[in-house]
Amino acid sequence: MTAMKPIAAVAIAAGLVLAGTSAKAGEITVVSWGGAYTKSQVEAYHKPWMAQTGHKIKSVDAPNPAAPIKAQVKAGNVSIDVADVEYSDAVRYCDEGLLEIIDPSVLPPAPDGTPATEDFIEGALTDCAVANIVWSTVFAYDAAKFKGAEPKTIADLFDVKKFPGKRGLRKGAKPNLEMALMADGVPAGEVYKMLTTDEGVTRAFKKLDTIKKHVVWWEAGAQPPQLLADGEVSMTTAYNGRIFNAAIGEDKPFKIVWDGQVLDFDLFVIPKGAPNKDLAMEFIKFATDTQRLADQAKYIAYGPARKSSGKLVGLYQDGKTQMAPHMPTAAANMGNALVNNFEFWADRDSELNERFNAWIASN
Amino acid sequence: MPTATDTVAAGDLGPLTTGDGTPLKTALARATRRARLKALFLVAPLLLFVIVTFAVPIGQMLYLSIYNPVFSDNMPRLSSWLRAHDVTEVPGEDAFKALVLDLTEARANRTHAQVGTRINYERSGATSLFKSTARKIKKIKGPPYKDQLLALNEEWGELHLWTVMSRAAAPHTAAFYAQALDLSYDAEGDIVRAPENRRIYGHLFLRTLLLSALVAGLCLILGYPAAHLLASLPLKYSNLLMVLVLLPFWTSLLVRTTSWITLLQSQGVLNDMLVSVGILSDDGRLELMYNQWGTVIAMTHIMLPFMILPLYSVMKTVPKDFVRAARSLGAGPVTAFLRVYLPQTVPGIGAGVLLVFIISVGYYITPALVGGSSGQLISNQIAFHMLQSLNWGLAAALGALLLGGVILLYWLYDRLVGVDNMKLG
Repeated sequence: MTAMKPIAAVAIAAGLVLAGTSAKAGEITVVSWGGAYTKSQVEAYHKPWMAQTGHKIKSVDAPNPAAPIKAQVKAGNVSIDVADVEYSDAVRYCDEGLLEIIDPSVLPPAPDGTPATEDFIEGALTDCAVANIVWSTVFAYDAAKFKGAEPKTIADLFDVKKFPGKRGLRKGAKPNLEMALMADGVPAGEVYKMLTTDEGVTRAFKKLDTIKKHVVWWEAGAQPPQLLADGEVSMTTAYNGRIFNAAIGEDKPFKIVWDGQVLDFDLFVIPKGAPNKDLAMEFIKFATDTQRLADQAKYIAYGPARKSSGKLVGLYQDGKTQMAPHMPTAAANMGNALVNNFEFWADRDSELNERFNAWIASN
Repeated sequence: MPTATDTVAAGDLGPLTTGDGTPLKTALARATRRARLKALFLVAPLLLFVIVTFAVPIGQMLYLSIYNPVFSDNMPRLSSWLRAHDVTEVPGEDAFKALVLDLTEARANRTHAQVGTRINYERSGATSLFKSTARKIKKIKGPPYKDQLLALNEEWGELHLWTVMSRAAAPHTAAFYAQALDLSYDAEGDIVRAPENRRIYGHLFLRTLLLSALVAGLCLILGYPAAHLLASLPLKYSNLLMVLVLLPFWTSLLVRTTSWITLLQSQGVLNDMLVSVGILSDDGRLELMYNQWGTVIAMTHIMLPFMILPLYSVMKTVPKDFVRAARSLGAGPVTAFLRVYLPQTVPGIGAGVLLVFIISVGYYITPALVGGSSGQLISNQIAFHMLQSLNWGLAAALGALLLGGVILLYWLYDRLVGVDNMKLG
C-alpha cells in the first residue's frame, strides 16, 4: 500500500499537469446503444478519460449508432466523433467510404509488450474499426414462468408446445435465421454454408413459421428485459449483457440459455469528417487499452476484445459476483456457439432482410 | 338615378381616364402590379425558406430514386463499353479488359466495395465478389483478361451479373422503381414479378392506405359528436373541454404511444382490469398491442385533434336556428340532422378526413413501436432503407410512390368534393 501511494500521487499530479497544459479542453460526441451498455462505457471509459485529459464527452444513445452515420457523412454535416457499431455495419460502412481508416499500429500494446495487432482477438481489428467487446445474442427466460422443466437448448425457444408463452425476437433477419437453423438441428459449423442455399433459407423461415404467431418483435436492446419483466413474453432473444444486468443487477429471475448463442463484436469507428477526429482517436486508444477493456467487464457481462484483458476481469460492481463465467466466451458457454459471419451478412443483408420483411408483412 | 347618369356620362366621354389622362385600365394594372410586387417582397423570406429547406432537399432525395452514378463514375471504361454494346451473352475479351483496368483503379481509390454494393442491390453476393476479386486484381498483369478473371472467380462468367452491370452502367435507372413495385429483372434483363417470397411493397402500400382510411373514419365517428358538443356548449364549459382536446395534442408523441403500450399490452392495465372483473379468463387476454389494432388505436387517439379542430371551427359558424326551423317545419331529428346540419359541416369533415388521412399515410414512429408485424406501414420500410440497409435509391422510390399516391388522392378529392369547399379552421 505504502509503495502504491507515491505512484498514485505522481499519476494524479501528471493528470493535473496534463489537464492544466491542454489549454483548450475539447469535447467529443460518442454514440452508443444506451441502457446498461452505455452506462458500462461511461464508467469504464468516459469518466477516467475525462478525469485524465480534462476533455469532455457527450454521450448519446441510439437504437443503432450506425444508423445516423450515412446521413451525416453524405450531408457533410457530421456531429458524431465516435460510434460503437456492430461488425457487419463496421465493414459495410468502411466499404462505402463512410469511415476514417484506423491504423492499428497506433493502439497501445499489452502490458507485457505484445503489440496491439497480436493482442486483440482474431478479427477484432478491421480497416476502419477497433473492437472493444465480444457480445452475444442468447435467449433467456423468466424462471418464475417455468416451474417444472426449464428450457435447455435453442430448440426449446421454438417449442411452444413444451414451453408455452410468447417469444421475443429481434426484428431483422440476423440472427433469427441462424438460430432457427440451429434449433432445427443444424450444427453451428454448417449454418452459414446452409444459408447460402435457397433451401437453407427456406428451411430457416419454415422453422420461424412455427412460432410466428407467438412472437413479439423487439428493436432496441433495452426492450427484451422489459418484455420479460412485464410478463409480455416468457422467453426472448436478447444481448447477454442486458439479461445479466437485469438478473444480477436488479435481481430478476431471468436465466440465460447459452446453447445456440451467436457471438459478435462491437467496435469503435470514426465517421469520415468527424469534427474532432484526432481527439476521437485519442479516446479510442485510451478506451481499448488492456485495463480499460477489463474494467468494462466490471459493469456488464461482455467479454473484452483483448487477450491480455481476460486475466484482469474480476468481480462485478456488487463486489461478490465473479464475472468470468458470465462472459459469452467462457468455455462452458461455448459448447454450441456460432460466430457471426460478417462477410456473409455483407453479401446477403439486403436480399435476406427483404425476404424477412416480406415474410413478416405477410400474415 | 345616379346609375343612369353615370352610364350616360361614360357613354359620352369614351374610355375612363385618371386625372393625368392615362386610361383607368392601365393605371389599375400598374397599381395592382406594384401591390403584387410588394406582397411578393413580403413573402420572399418565407418562400426562400421553403424552397431551401423543403423543396430542394425533397427534390434532391427524389432524384436519387432514378439517379445512381456509383458504377458509371468508378468503372468508366466498362461503363462506356456496356453502354455501347447490347449484353445478350457473357461478353468477350474487350469487356473483361475494361473490367480489370477499372477494378484495379477502383481498388487503388478504395471505391471497389461501393461499386460492389451498388450491384448487390440487384444481385446478392456481388459485394464479396468485387471485394475478393479486387484484393487479387494485381495478379492480372496482362492479357488474356477473361480467362484470368474467370480463374479468380467463375461468377464473372454469369450472364445475370453482366445484365445487372449493363443496367448499372447508365447513371439513370428505373431499377429502384421496379423494386418498389415488387418487380425484378430476370437473367435476360426482362421485367418480371418478383418471386412471391420477396414481394412486399405492394401489399404494404395497400395496407397503409386501408389503415389510414380506417383511422380517418374512426376519428370522424369519435370526433364529430365531440366537436358538436364543443361548438354548442356555452363558452365557459367549451373552453375547458377544448383544453382537454388540446392537452394530449401538446404531449410528446412518444409519451402518448408508450402510455398506450402500458394500457393495452396483454399484461397491461386494461387486460388486468377485465381479468380481475371476470370478463376475460387469464388465458384469454385480448391482444391489443404489437399488431394492427395497436397501430389503429394509438393512431386514432393521436390524430383525433386534427379531426376535432376543423370540425369545431366549421360547426361554430352553423346557426342553431336552422335546425330549429327544420324541426318546427315538421322534420324529425334524423331528417333535420341529415338534411340541414350535416351538409353545412361538410367543409369541416372534408378538411378533417383529408388531414388525418394524409398525416396517417406517412406515419412512422407509432407503427414502429406498437405495430408488431401486422401493423407495419410503408413508412417503416422507407425508414428501414434510409437507416438500416442504406439503399437510399429504393427509399426515395418508395417515398416518391407514396407522394404520388397522396397527390392522386388529393386530386380525386378535389374532383369529387372540391378543395375550395374545405375549411381548415
